[in-house]
Amino acid sequence: MAIRERLSGNEAVAIAMKQINPDVVAAFPITPSTEIPQYFSNYVADGVVDAEFVAVESEHSAMSACVGAQAAGGRAMTATSANGLGLMWEVLYIAACSRLPIVMGVVNRTMSGPLNIHNDHSDSMGARDSGWIQFYCENNQEAYDNMLMANRIGEHPDVMLPVMVCQDGFITSHAIENIELVEDDKIKDFVGEYNPEMYLLNSEKPISMGPLDLQGHTFEHKRQQAQGMINAKKVVNEVSEEFYKLTGRKYELFEEYMTEDAEAVAVILNSTAGTAKYVVNQLRAQGKKVGLIKPRLYRPFPVDEMVEVLSKFKAVAVLDKADSFNAAGGPLYTDVTSALYSKGVFSPKVINYIYGIGGRDVKADDIEIVYNKILDIAATGKVDSVYNYLGVRE
Amino acid sequence: MAYNLKQAAKKPERFTGGHRMCAGCGAPVVVRQILRALNPEDHLVAGCSTGCLEVSSFLYPYTSWEDSFIHNAFENVGSTIAGAEAAYVALKNKGKIKGETKFIAFGGDGGTYDIGLQALSGAMERGHDMLYVCYDNGAYMNTGIQRSSATPKYANTTTSPAGEVIPGKSQSRKDLTEVMANHHIPYVAQTAAIGNMKDLYEKAEKALYTKGPTFLNVIAPCPRGWQYNTPDLMDINKLAVETCFWPLYEVIDGKYVVNYKPKNKKPVSEFLKAQGRFKHMFKAGNEHMIEDVQKEVDKRWEALLKLAGEA
Repeated sequence: MAIRERLSGNEAVAIAMKQINPDVVAAFPITPSTEIPQYFSNYVADGVVDAEFVAVESEHSAMSACVGAQAAGGRAMTATSANGLGLMWEVLYIAACSRLPIVMGVVNRTMSGPLNIHNDHSDSMGARDSGWIQFYCENNQEAYDNMLMANRIGEHPDVMLPVMVCQDGFITSHAIENIELVEDDKIKDFVGEYNPEMYLLNSEKPISMGPLDLQGHTFEHKRQQAQGMINAKKVVNEVSEEFYKLTGRKYELFEEYMTEDAEAVAVILNSTAGTAKYVVNQLRAQGKKVGLIKPRLYRPFPVDEMVEVLSKFKAVAVLDKADSFNAAGGPLYTDVTSALYSKGVFSPKVINYIYGIGGRDVKADDIEIVYNKILDIAATGKVDSVYNYLGVRE
Repeated sequence: MAYNLKQAAKKPERFTGGHRMCAGCGAPVVVRQILRALNPEDHLVAGCSTGCLEVSSFLYPYTSWEDSFIHNAFENVGSTIAGAEAAYVALKNKGKIKGETKFIAFGGDGGTYDIGLQALSGAMERGHDMLYVCYDNGAYMNTGIQRSSATPKYANTTTSPAGEVIPGKSQSRKDLTEVMANHHIPYVAQTAAIGNMKDLYEKAEKALYTKGPTFLNVIAPCPRGWQYNTPDLMDINKLAVETCFWPLYEVIDGKYVVNYKPKNKKPVSEFLKAQGRFKHMFKAGNEHMIEDVQKEVDKRWEALLKLAGEA
């Protein structure tokens, strides 16, 4: 019988980690993800988990210790935000290339500078090409559920990649919502034992990891790594299906909301998708054909599925809570438009809004501006501006 | 059992030949001897920071490491091995791992005194059961002899060149062994591969089989950076010790023991003149440089004797 609770997003992630019961958690405090290692160190102090908690002296060491622990043959997990993720940067790439399925809760926060502890996606968006699988979560339930699925996906022999589960700092990390938890024993069975094929602590079969690779081999190793990412989509679907059978909660690569007959659709990650659903409901009540796409799996990017759906619409607005500073558009916009182009689909007009930078509040009224704009584009077929900012004073 | 080089050398080789370290390099000598101090039945997880030792001993698809080995990046061998040790504790508690595994992190002076100091300090403070070995060759040799905080004063390096105005490195060396001793960990030692390498072997053995975090600082001359003839390696090690440039000592639970006091302490100029990197110090008019270095060596040696209660 599932357990009904009221939890913050951070606590939901910490409880998922408790249920997964990894071997090592190495973490460093940074707002707004600090609560995750706090909760977890309590579980360690109270003896309710078997993990070693390594209170490292930096996020660089957090990720380095996770690499050491996972390479040694354990399950390693951590959590961070913003500059903490920035400090991990070089080791993120090494973790992915070493094919170590570490799992990390990312509580999205603005990358400095300026210093700002509030939410946008500039941290994890910068890491989108580091070789990690990335999930984005609208609410606490999704953060919890995706954490529970992350090990199974990352550890799959066809994948062998680390996984980030991203949620919005403060908005979901600190807000308390109703949540449905899965029983401990069911999670234990679902996640299963971690028995890697090769690991440092295997004295019968020693292994050297992290070579100097050079021109003769690096390309092949990177190609294999890329294949893991290509394979991940299928594995995500399989594990999500299994999770659905376990919990009744269905997860696709992205969520479609009111898209069946929609003409104007917004593509939005994380908590703002919740606000957008409210706006869609209101506009639908006025007879307007609007809908929402909420990507869940961002890396790998589900090009085929996304293009198939988007091709039905007349106008699309992609909302980015991170700027790319490329004078062209945000990261999600660039991915969506290049996906369409690469599949030869030119039918929907696609525009971009950069919004909510530095935790700027995004209200229903703001989202309505976006829908009115794309409804207008859907009606006229005319686009006056592709790269736009929403809710900024200028 | 008393140390015997012949016996020690009979132990199975754990760091095999065929690696690409330079002839006359101190580092592989140090690594081999330290690995000899392991009980043959114990498994080893060794780590290495990016540097000469790493790029020369594990060039895909070849490895010199008979045990398990991991290289992560330049500045994080301390935290990488700490993570592996933490996993060992967890897996051992779960009954998933049998037998003993020891953990050694190797770093050059660049990866230890400088860029890796934070990860080293953190790993030692947290009390991981691991040994950190710094092979100190006194500069960033892998990238082409750039100065580090371990580079001796006046040394000519590619980023502290002996020029017309500035005569090599302007600053004295960081005393990392002291920094580590002040972490109040169970065992810290400074050693060198000299003679029959008894000092190095015994300190490695002590460090490996003392529970908790331990640290060895080992001088490891570099023929390219120090500019000496490759067969002179062992002589240079000896001169470093005989001049008290590199004293052999250990700190056991806070207690200082000086392991070797030269009967006739040689002038530091003998150590300096054997190396091309100090050549400019021997030009007429530069005598004050040698005096300056001698003063610093004497000061540190006296301070060490005082700590050991011998002065």
